[in-house]
Amino acid sequence: MNSPHKPQAVALDVEAVRAEFPILSRRIKDNPLVYLDNGATAQKPQGVIDTIEHYYREFNSNVHRGVHHLSQQATEAYEEAREILRAHLNAEHAHEVLLTGGTTAGINLVASSWGRAHLAAGDEVIVSTMEHHSNIVPWQLICEERGARLRVVPVTTTGELRMDVFAELLSARTKLVAVTHVSNALGTINPVAEIIALAHDAGALVLLDGAQAAPHLRIDVRALDVDFYAFSGHKVFGPTGVGVLYGKASLLDDMPPYQGGGEMIERVTFEKTTYAELPHKFEAGTPNIVGGIGLGAAIAWFARFDAAALSAHEQDILTYATAALSAIDRLRIIGTARDKACVISFLIENTHPFDIGAILDQQGVAVRTGHHCCQPLMDFYDTPGTVRASFALYNNRADVDALVAGVERAAAMLA
Amino acid sequence: MNIDQIQDAIIEEFGCFDQWMDKYEYLIDLGKRLPLIDDEYKTEEYLIRGCQSQVWLRAEMNNGALRFTADSDAIITKGIIALLIRVLANQKPEDIAAAQLYFIDAIGLREHLSSTRANGLVNMVNTLKSTGKKFSAAH
Repeated sequence: MNSPHKPQAVALDVEAVRAEFPILSRRIKDNPLVYLDNGATAQKPQGVIDTIEHYYREFNSNVHRGVHHLSQQATEAYEEAREILRAHLNAEHAHEVLLTGGTTAGINLVASSWGRAHLAAGDEVIVSTMEHHSNIVPWQLICEERGARLRVVPVTTTGELRMDVFAELLSARTKLVAVTHVSNALGTINPVAEIIALAHDAGALVLLDGAQAAPHLRIDVRALDVDFYAFSGHKVFGPTGVGVLYGKASLLDDMPPYQGGGEMIERVTFEKTTYAELPHKFEAGTPNIVGGIGLGAAIAWFARFDAAALSAHEQDILTYATAALSAIDRLRIIGTARDKACVISFLIENTHPFDIGAILDQQGVAVRTGHHCCQPLMDFYDTPGTVRASFALYNNRADVDALVAGVERAAAMLA
Repeated sequence: MNIDQIQDAIIEEFGCFDQWMDKYEYLIDLGKRLPLIDDEYKTEEYLIRGCQSQVWLRAEMNNGALRFTADSDAIITKGIIALLIRVLANQKPEDIAAAQLYFIDAIGLREHLSSTRANGLVNMVNTLKSTGKKFSAAH
């Protein structure tokens, strides 16, 4: 499909990309910053920072209702961002792209709105052991409220979904399957096409948590035939506090509003209120205008890169880092699935992840330590947490070398 | 030595360290010499909340002064609690409750701990001081 928002793919020149990120030239405690906490949030390119500044300097105003010039300009920019997102996801309609507060907000929207309308006693929702708490707790809450049951697909020791158990769990009682596209703690890329096909055969809908997939993979919601897809703006080089929930129009149309307020109504009387059309039905109140516009700029920036080149670069970093870390004495990588995004969780025998993270921090290396909001998964691996290095397209082999040197130093100090 | 004299001594010791590694090695070493809490007290009751790593702390009265035992599953955290105990151990509960722990900023401990980790530090300090308060009230 031809779209004004799909420009020619550009090759990935990692050094040139790095130069677009002002924060990457910062020094932390006399060391160059080595930012490997991209799974938590990604850094922002100058273009996104400029877009945000430009919005506040030139056309800050409220969207959709204003008669004046600035409001029209802001509305156009906001809706253009939605169109950029639509094109990037290959959704059929822009009104299938809801702007939310982030992945968590998107999942809660579906759990509350769709769940309240469609879940009944005896129904089942399937999640997996590797889910982020954000893709567990909303389902627990709605299942409890509706008398439905939450079923859990276990993982193998390498960190892959037990697809055999998944197939067994699916039944006529299954109403929805909510799984992550890419595991935040392990990096596993789940076989989502297969999951969707199996779930649809059983008559169930599928929601994918795309928070960790969106910065690494190209997502085509129509090719996937996914029912709901949620991701966060700040992990794809955009601002915080904004995200996307894609939903098929037929499903969203059928769902009751999630929150009431301005923007989402058609006509309000004390007897009865009628609701606005999609997407506004689900966007009550003044939206995160600058967030949406900033996210549009981020996705336009990110979408320029050739998908194959992006994947080749990230797989090179993953392979290089996996080999180098594996060579460290007593180090064990948690999550060794065949299909992985550029994320490495690890432990050093008899060493607490916090200690390694603290010593890496002294060397300018930013990683995440802890349970990564995946306590059931950490329980499965019988560890309170891991050290996680998560990479983005701007990370290079020198970053890996700094990580490895830092971990070796930490291991020696803590031995 | 009273609490402030110990704090001043620690500030002087840390003044000799010009590298972060020296500070951390000192903390790691101090952690290894921490008076350990008995395993039977490693329970919810003695757990300090808000730390990424787990910390258990127990106080006992001994001749009008408080004795502390503690442990943590992370070695740097163990060093931090050991340092706090070094300042407050064997002091009168009312002195512990009233102590101003200025050495934390002076040695750059707070600055070397990011906010999530500093939260753990704050909780450790609060627990120690409220323990002093509790024992001085009971006294």
